[in-house]
Order: sequence, then structure tokens, then C-alpha cells
Amino acid sequence: MSDSETLKIKDLHVSTTEGKEILRGVNLEIKRGEVHALMGPNGSGKSTLGYAIMGHPGYEVTQGSITLGDQDVLEMEPNERARAGIFLAFQRPMAIPGVKMADFLRHAATNVRRPDRKEGEELIPMREFRKELNQKMDQLRMDKEFARRYVNDGFSGGEMKRAEILQLAMLRPKFAILDETDSGLDVDAVRLASQSIADIGGKDMGILIITHHEHLLEHNRPDFTHVILGGRIVETGGPELALELHKQGYDRIRAAYPEAAAADAALKQTEPAGAH
Amino acid sequence: MATDVAAKPKFGEINKYDFHTDSKAVFKARKGLDADIVRQISDMKNEPAWMRDFRLRSLEIFNAKPMPRWGGAIDLDFQDIYYYLKPADRQGKTWDEVPDEIKKTFDRLGIPEAEKKFLAGVKAQFESEVIYGSLKEDLTKQGVIFTDTDTAIREYPDLVREYFATIIPPADNKFAALNSAVWSGGSFIYVPKGVKIEFPLQAYFRINAENMGQFERTLIIVDEGAEVHYVEGCTAPMYSTESLHSAVVEIIVKKHARCRYTTIQNWANNIYNLVTKRAMAYGDSLVEWVDGNLGSRLTMKYPSVYMMEPGARAEILSVAFASAGQHQDAGAKAVHCAPHTSSRIVSKSISKNGGRASYRGLVKIERGAKKSKSNVVCDALILDPRSRSDTYPYIELEEQDVMVGHEASVSRIGEEQLFYLTSRGLTEAEASTMIVSGFIEPLVKELPMEYAVEMNRLIALQMEGTVG
Repeated sequence: MSDSETLKIKDLHVSTTEGKEILRGVNLEIKRGEVHALMGPNGSGKSTLGYAIMGHPGYEVTQGSITLGDQDVLEMEPNERARAGIFLAFQRPMAIPGVKMADFLRHAATNVRRPDRKEGEELIPMREFRKELNQKMDQLRMDKEFARRYVNDGFSGGEMKRAEILQLAMLRPKFAILDETDSGLDVDAVRLASQSIADIGGKDMGILIITHHEHLLEHNRPDFTHVILGGRIVETGGPELALELHKQGYDRIRAAYPEAAAADAALKQTEPAGAH
Repeated sequence: MATDVAAKPKFGEINKYDFHTDSKAVFKARKGLDADIVRQISDMKNEPAWMRDFRLRSLEIFNAKPMPRWGGAIDLDFQDIYYYLKPADRQGKTWDEVPDEIKKTFDRLGIPEAEKKFLAGVKAQFESEVIYGSLKEDLTKQGVIFTDTDTAIREYPDLVREYFATIIPPADNKFAALNSAVWSGGSFIYVPKGVKIEFPLQAYFRINAENMGQFERTLIIVDEGAEVHYVEGCTAPMYSTESLHSAVVEIIVKKHARCRYTTIQNWANNIYNLVTKRAMAYGDSLVEWVDGNLGSRLTMKYPSVYMMEPGARAEILSVAFASAGQHQDAGAKAVHCAPHTSSRIVSKSISKNGGRASYRGLVKIERGAKKSKSNVVCDALILDPRSRSDTYPYIELEEQDVMVGHEASVSRIGEEQLFYLTSRGLTEAEASTMIVSGFIEPLVKELPMEYAVEMNRLIALQMEGTVG
């Protein structure tokens, strides 16, 4: 893949809008077709990285850069980032009462596929869209009724995650960040999710998988595993590193990187675990 | 029929176009309000003496009553309004007979199309008289009457006289008295025992002449075991001086009968919309008000249901959208006069650009109305810090053995919701519109398809320029 197909994160520093620094110099490069696993203890900054890449207004980039080819991602609004091919599967997706999944997805898919579309211009033809949506839902073994339900409204944890995967399948991004897409799912559901993500991703999608577990990596063998601690990626390895962390936890990492471990502990003193 | 159907603006774009068709009024009463004007209106209509006397009596009540001291601020000069205007000599029975100029206005409102699609009978009120009406033959055969109220007085005098002003007497409030004195047009519907009309009956209302008050008077009688759904939609072009719309709607729903009354109103921003709507529900009957209010300078409207006999039910769904310079004071009243009656009120309001939306509602359970149930849910969505929402729920209980619930919520469009939608490629404006559309979905899904489409267009139009 050419350089224009690479998502590059350089020396990224991110604070909350209240001024609390969470990421302290993250470096990461993802090429299309690669699978990266991002692991780390609760509150080490994993979700913050996802939010910062997508442009969450609650986080401020104070230093560093994010680029997609020659495009400066930090200059883009969230909807422009989506149209440029970046996707974030939310750990906690938002409910939008009264808005049907199908209507939401039709808008989203149209905009992402036609990045120049202006408000009010035609959407993907209904019949064409329905056909594609039904096909995708079949593949994910989702009930057709799902399309008529309101976005994440009254969904179980598992349903929300499946809805995120359905969106991934419909939007077909260049780069996907999957933030704990396995949490809330039982073992069988994680297997299905894992298989689905591998099918959707194929060889074209760059994937960053944020996870605590190995199951999601079953069908998505990571080319790289990154360990984040105290707002920095402290170690990068292959698939064997993911396996090690899953089995043995983060004690070795903490011992090897005392400065990052101290920063991590400091972050947690003011923030409840799992908040970021 | 229209030749330029493709070129006409969509229904929801009417405000933007701000069009005004020059209508050649055949008769226009002078401005102002006094006994002479009222007599003149009655004479023009060749009304029976009882109606003329009723009007004159109502005028006295109107003059004697003070302006309401609650709700919104009303700044009106009653002497600076035209109270009667008759655009054509008689009613058109077929579309061909309708004057071209009026057709042009209707085309812009999309009426012929609406009729083609699913209308059974269209009653379109252009200014003060109903000028075009059609009703399917089979309805007539079944004894259903669907006409304008003026015609009903001539053709069905006994039926009208039996019920007219029995639900809302002139003394009910100042604006009901005003309507009673100068009323013109409106729909009259009678559905005989056991007749169930499967498609909605529709009427379009519209104000055209500047400073022209519109005072339609609607009376619906649904006999035992009968069913009807009546739909009205209103739009008005923009004018610079004040206009007044003050309607009275009376409904009688007898034992085991059902009536749904759906209104979508989108008034110009200078119009006072002061409407009294009330239904009497008898044993095991169901009354449903579905009421959507957009536009106007001030709307005061509280569709009411009096549950007179056991088993009567009321469902009231009200949606208000208040934008810059607008005050929507809307709500509902449910009065339980008999045991085992139940009511449900759902109110949704949206305010933006400094608009103010108020919910004002009354639930009253009279002594003896044991085992009655009432549930009220009020949700307000405020789009920016300059806008305002208030809730005035009144609950009067004279009986202990009842179940009454009230829930209210106020929310703002959340940053997290916006981020979620924009992260999927929606612009901030699209995302806000989607959230607002979702908020009023409970109303929209109760509307006939075409109205649902219009409603969504109107919302999108109202949302334009909200962001940034």
C-alpha cells in the first residue's frame, strides 16, 4: 500500500477540555490491510486515542499530528473524518430515540460514499439500500426487525455491539477503530463478531482493535500488538505479545516502565477506572 | 387540474416562498367588530333568526369578558381586523368549477395531489367560505354528512341546532365568544350509528387576506358505534401586520364510538392562533386528539376531552415547535366525570432561536369517578440557551381511588449524541434535524403517510440555520 493509504499518529498529546492530560506522546502507524491490537490496563488512554482520532469535542489535541496520507485529520470535523474513511466503533454507543436504524444508516452510508454530498441532496435509492442492508444483516445473523428499531434505544449491550459491526459493514471505512467491541458479548457472539470483522475488513481495511480479551483477535490475528500505559505506547510486538498480556496481565510491563506506570497510577487517582 | 405540478414548491417550502395570490373577494365586510357587522355577516349567509340572535348574544359576551390574564401576551386591536370575506358566490362541487386563482393557491399547498392519493372528501377552506368540497358517494349512501357548517345549518338545521355550542358555549372564554359572534366556515360531520369510515376525512384551512381573521367553526357528531378520523392541516403566507385565527371545534362521541382529530398547523409568524377544542366522550368511547403546532406568534390551544360515562377514554398527543419570536402555549385537558375512565396525555415541545414552548395541562377527576386512570408525559427539547420551556401541569383530584401519573423531562441535544451521529458522516445540521425528528416520531407515526412526510419537511425547514 502506498503512503497515501496510511494513518499516521505522531507524538500525540491529548487533554480533556478540563485540562487533564491523558495521552502523552503516542506514535502509531497503521497501513490499510493491517490489524493492530491496542492493549492496556483500564484508564490508560485507549478510548481517548479512539476519540481523538475521530474528533470528539471533549478532547483537545495539544501537541502532535494525525494524518491520513497527505490530509491533516486534526483540521477535519468528525463528519469529514468519517467521509475520509475513518470509523470508530463506540464502546458505549449513544441512543437516538425515534430515529430508525435504517434511516440513520442510509444517511450515513450516503454521506460516507459520496463525501461531497451537500445537505438535502438525494440519498442512496431506497430499494438498493434495503437490499444491501438486508444482505449485511443476514451475514451478521441479525433479525430484519433490527432495521426498524430506534438507534441503540433500549438495546442490550450485545445488541449495541452488533449494531456497531453492522455500521462498520455498511460504511466500509479505510480505517476502523474498534473500542472494546467484544465487551458485553458472550463467547459465541464474540466469535461471530470476530469472524464478521475479519470478513468485512478483508485486505483493504486498517484495523485498530482495542480489547482486553484474546477472543476478538481469534480471526483477526494482529500484525502488531501495542501496549499503552500512562498515556504512551510503551511496547510493540507481534501476536505473541497479545497472548502474553492476556495470560499474565501487566505486571511485567509496569515493572519495565516505572515512569509510565507512575503516570498511569496518577491518572487513575483522579479518574474512576474504565472511564477512558 | 394543475399544469405545473412539477414546478410547484413542496408543501414545506411555503413559508420560504411567502407567496400571496391576489384573490378577488366578492364581498368584504368593513374592518372592525360591532352588532352591525355581525348582523351583516348573518344576512349575507341568509341565516335563520336563532343563529343571528346567537351571534348577537355572543358579541355581548365577548365585549363583557376581559382578556385572559394567563398564557401568552396578546396585543390585538379587534377593530383593525376584517371579520368576514367571501371569495366566491357559491361552493364548487367539482374541481373545474373552482376559480383559477384559488386553484393556484391550492396547487402550491399540494391539495390536488393529496386528494388523488388518498382523500375521500376534501374540504378546503379558502378565507371564510368552504369553496370546494367532494365526498365519496358511498359515504353519502351510508348517511354520512361531511360539509361546511354554513351549509349544514341550511340543510340539516335540526341536527345542527341540537348540538351547536352545547360543548363550548359562547361564555366559555373570550375567544370562544368572538368565534360564536363572527364564525364562518369550518366542517360539519355526522357519522350515523355503526358506520366506520376507514379513510381519513380531510380539510385544508388557509388565511389569505391581510388582517383577515379566520373563525371557523367545526362540529363533529359520531353516533353510537361509529368511527371517523378527521384531518386538517393549515398553512398561512407571511404578512407584516397582525392576523388572528380563532377557531372552535366541538366533538360529540357517543357510546362505543371512536373519533380521532388530527391537526398540523404551520402559521405565519405574525398570527395569533387562539383555539378552543373540546370533545364529550360517552360510554366506552375513544377520543384522540393529535395536535401539531408550528409557527404563529402565539398559539394557545388545549384540546380537551370530558369523559362523561364509564369506560370513556381520551388520548391526547400534542407537539409544539417554537422558534424566534414564537410562543407556543399548548397542552391538553382531561376531565374524568365518570368511573373507569382513562386518559393519556403525551406532550412534546421543541424550542429554538429564543422561542418559548409551554405545556399547560389539566387533569381533573371529579367526585365519583372511581378507578379512573390518567397518565401525563411531557418532554421538552431545548436547542439553544436562548430558548425556553415551561411546564404548568394542573391536577385536581376529588376522588381517592384513582391512578394519576405525571412525568416531565427537559433535555438539550447532547454533545455525545451529536458526536455519535457526526462520526458517521452526518453534518451537525443533519444530526440535529435527525435528533429532533426522532423526538417527535411519536406524533409523526400517528399521522397519515402524506402528513408524516410534510411534517418531516416542516421540521427540516424549521431546523435550517439552527447550527453555526
